Amino acid sequence: MARTERISLAQGSGGEPMQRLLRELIWPAFDNPILARQEDQARLALELQPGEQLAFTTDSFVVTPLQFPGGDIGSLAVQGTVNDLAVGGAVARYLSCALIIEEGLPVALLRDICLSLAKAAREAGVQVVTGDTKVVPRGAADGLFINTSGLGIISAGIDTGTHRLMQDDCLIVSGPIGDHGAAILASRQELAISGDLRSDCANLSPLIQTLLPVPGLHALRDMTRGGLNAVLHEFAGAAGTTAVVNESAVPVRPAVRGLCELLGLDPLQLACEGRLLAAVAPGQAEPLLQQLHAHPMGQGAAIIGRLAPRRNVPVILNGLYGIERTLAPVSGELLPRIC
Amino acid sequence: MCLAIPACVVSISDASHCLAIADSGGVQRQIDLSCIAGDAPAEDLIGRWVLVHVGVALALISDDEARASLELWSQLQDLQ
Amino acid sequence: MKYVDEFRAPEVVARLVDKIRQSAAALPPREHPWQLMEICGGHTHTIFRFGLDQLLPDNIEFIHGPGCPVCVLPQSVIDQAVALAQRPDTLLCSYGDAMRVPGYHGSLLQARADGARVQVVYSPRDALDMARRYPDTQVVFLAIGFETTAPATALAILAAAREGLTNFRVLCHLVLIEPPLRALLADPDLRIDGFIGPGHVSLVTGNAPFEFIPTEYHKPVVISGFEPVDLLQSVLLLLEQLQQGQARIQIQYRRVATAQGNPGARTPVTEVFEPAPQAEWRGLGPLPHSGLQLRPGYRDFDATPLLQDSPQPASLQPTVPSAEADPRCRCAAVLSGKLKPGECPLFGRECTPDTPLGALMVSSEGACAAWYQYRHQGAANGSHRTD
Repeated sequence: MARTERISLAQGSGGEPMQRLLRELIWPAFDNPILARQEDQARLALELQPGEQLAFTTDSFVVTPLQFPGGDIGSLAVQGTVNDLAVGGAVARYLSCALIIEEGLPVALLRDICLSLAKAAREAGVQVVTGDTKVVPRGAADGLFINTSGLGIISAGIDTGTHRLMQDDCLIVSGPIGDHGAAILASRQELAISGDLRSDCANLSPLIQTLLPVPGLHALRDMTRGGLNAVLHEFAGAAGTTAVVNESAVPVRPAVRGLCELLGLDPLQLACEGRLLAAVAPGQAEPLLQQLHAHPMGQGAAIIGRLAPRRNVPVILNGLYGIERTLAPVSGELLPRIC
Repeated sequence: MCLAIPACVVSISDASHCLAIADSGGVQRQIDLSCIAGDAPAEDLIGRWVLVHVGVALALISDDEARASLELWSQLQDLQ
Repeated sequence: MKYVDEFRAPEVVARLVDKIRQSAAALPPREHPWQLMEICGGHTHTIFRFGLDQLLPDNIEFIHGPGCPVCVLPQSVIDQAVALAQRPDTLLCSYGDAMRVPGYHGSLLQARADGARVQVVYSPRDALDMARRYPDTQVVFLAIGFETTAPATALAILAAAREGLTNFRVLCHLVLIEPPLRALLADPDLRIDGFIGPGHVSLVTGNAPFEFIPTEYHKPVVISGFEPVDLLQSVLLLLEQLQQGQARIQIQYRRVATAQGNPGARTPVTEVFEPAPQAEWRGLGPLPHSGLQLRPGYRDFDATPLLQDSPQPASLQPTVPSAEADPRCRCAAVLSGKLKPGECPLFGRECTPDTPLGALMVSSEGACAAWYQYRHQGAANGSHRTD
């Protein structure tokens, strides 16, 4: 296919144009023996050892722009799903990948994204074993939507999750927050902002594997849409506690902060795509922090607060001057302000 | 009407229209200097700190006054 | 960040709080607290974000004023913006602040969800860029704001005129700070003892719009910056004036504000705009000579003629009574310092940030919205709303 070509509706209709797309672009990108069998389903010989559990998750990716500093929708589609498995202690093994392509998407862009997705999968040690491709009319999708579902295996003896959260658990972030959200905002042409802003999107599985053996680790969650705010509310709610966070302890990179000051936004609401929030028994906070700092992806880790006895609201910020205020749950779209 | 932030003028992007690139905490954006440039060439403002609101520099920031504001007063001073 | 972090330094704040306590203790005893009104929504935001009101001694409190152009934006202006956005081949550009304000036919956010082309922009120049980028599209910019924002709007129109752009228009609702303050102070029940003046309006206008407050009403004004140290210094200066029975304008925000303001920022405004006979204010009604309109030479940039052939021509009067007509709405009382947001019967129930009814809940800096956002420990009566 010529690189100036654009995807047309014909390629979504199941006939020869679709087969050509799959043969020349999609399958070569994801080359693996299971996919190569070209069945309607992937057949996996999965044997679980005693005590092991299967983990299964799905996520859809609709980010705009499709390519941004630090990643693209393809790499995100792998990392996001692998991370969802990893925070439950699972090692990801297999992914499905469904593409919904807007008519008119440049073929070259689709190829770059597929290659990026495939590379992210290889680096994560996962195989894309089944998938689907559809083309929708212009305007029915924002360039490209991707759904990935993932299968992974949780080793025996691992039991992290919000059911283990307890009052007094210490809350630790694995690094500075808001990088992804800030990078996406800055990539939006209409805001005309530039700066040292890069998405933090990454596969957290290697980091998580070093944290799982730390005793007292109760729950992990990766912060995605809604940022740290959303996950704090999830943890606080699940444990029937109030998360009390020291605002000045939350790490934020200077350029992310600069963008937030400029647009009147709160970094706690901005999305991350490669950061964890961990809840750990108070006595084990320091060992967990050290484990994080020992890994390249946990360099900026910091203790930010704790799960305190339940008060009237789920999340409270302890401000710069020791005054507490409520952190309202995420609501609606993030809009820059001028007032 | 209130959200204005300090920014440092980094370069002039369009001298004839008084447009410059300014940096606030590591983030750069184009700003309009025509409200503060006066008759002097826009290049004179490179390195100066300005207060920016919706893309327009509305004032130069006086470093002397900033320092003075940070000192506590032991007695009331007439600031008019 | 330079010129920001130093003005948030906890050790400076702690020392200022001590001085404020000493000063407050020296004020003559009174039945009710000394009330200081911060006029500007940006000051309200700082107060709530940093909890400055909770640092004040018990005999001093902040009253949150009307200086938020979004809070006072009338429903009719949103109706007009929505109507324009629904025109074919039209792109409506707006600051983020105005996107959630409810109109009779919904907000601009809702209009966008319904298929209208609406774009959030950070500056008027960004809207102008849209017009350059899409020459076949009619770009309409919703120009709201006080005197701080008028210069940027004027500069965009001047640039459009210079380039001969025919697809850029402005829906103008620029307003002036002095008339609503006069309306507020004319209320004989007003209990404000001193005013924290809007530092960013003032750096454009100078002291002029606020002169009447000390001269006609004998109340002190301190023009304040927007960081915690600025606000607390301004409180201290007000208390010291009150102790001495003084009433004059002082400038705390001396690193950018002067008594004369910035004539260079006013020049483009007087070139493009002239005073309008009156402007409509949500919560305050129509006020004479309180807004700006385009001068005859720039009327080609006026978006209102486009309303004639819009799909749903919006009337200039609200078609549905707003909450201000609801006898339970207490926006006026909250604005003049007689009531706290939590004491309004609609607060947290019918009137919330997601379903705002009154002016003070509409923008994220209105007193009620800020209270709800940062202070909502489960409503005034202790019950916690979970929806």
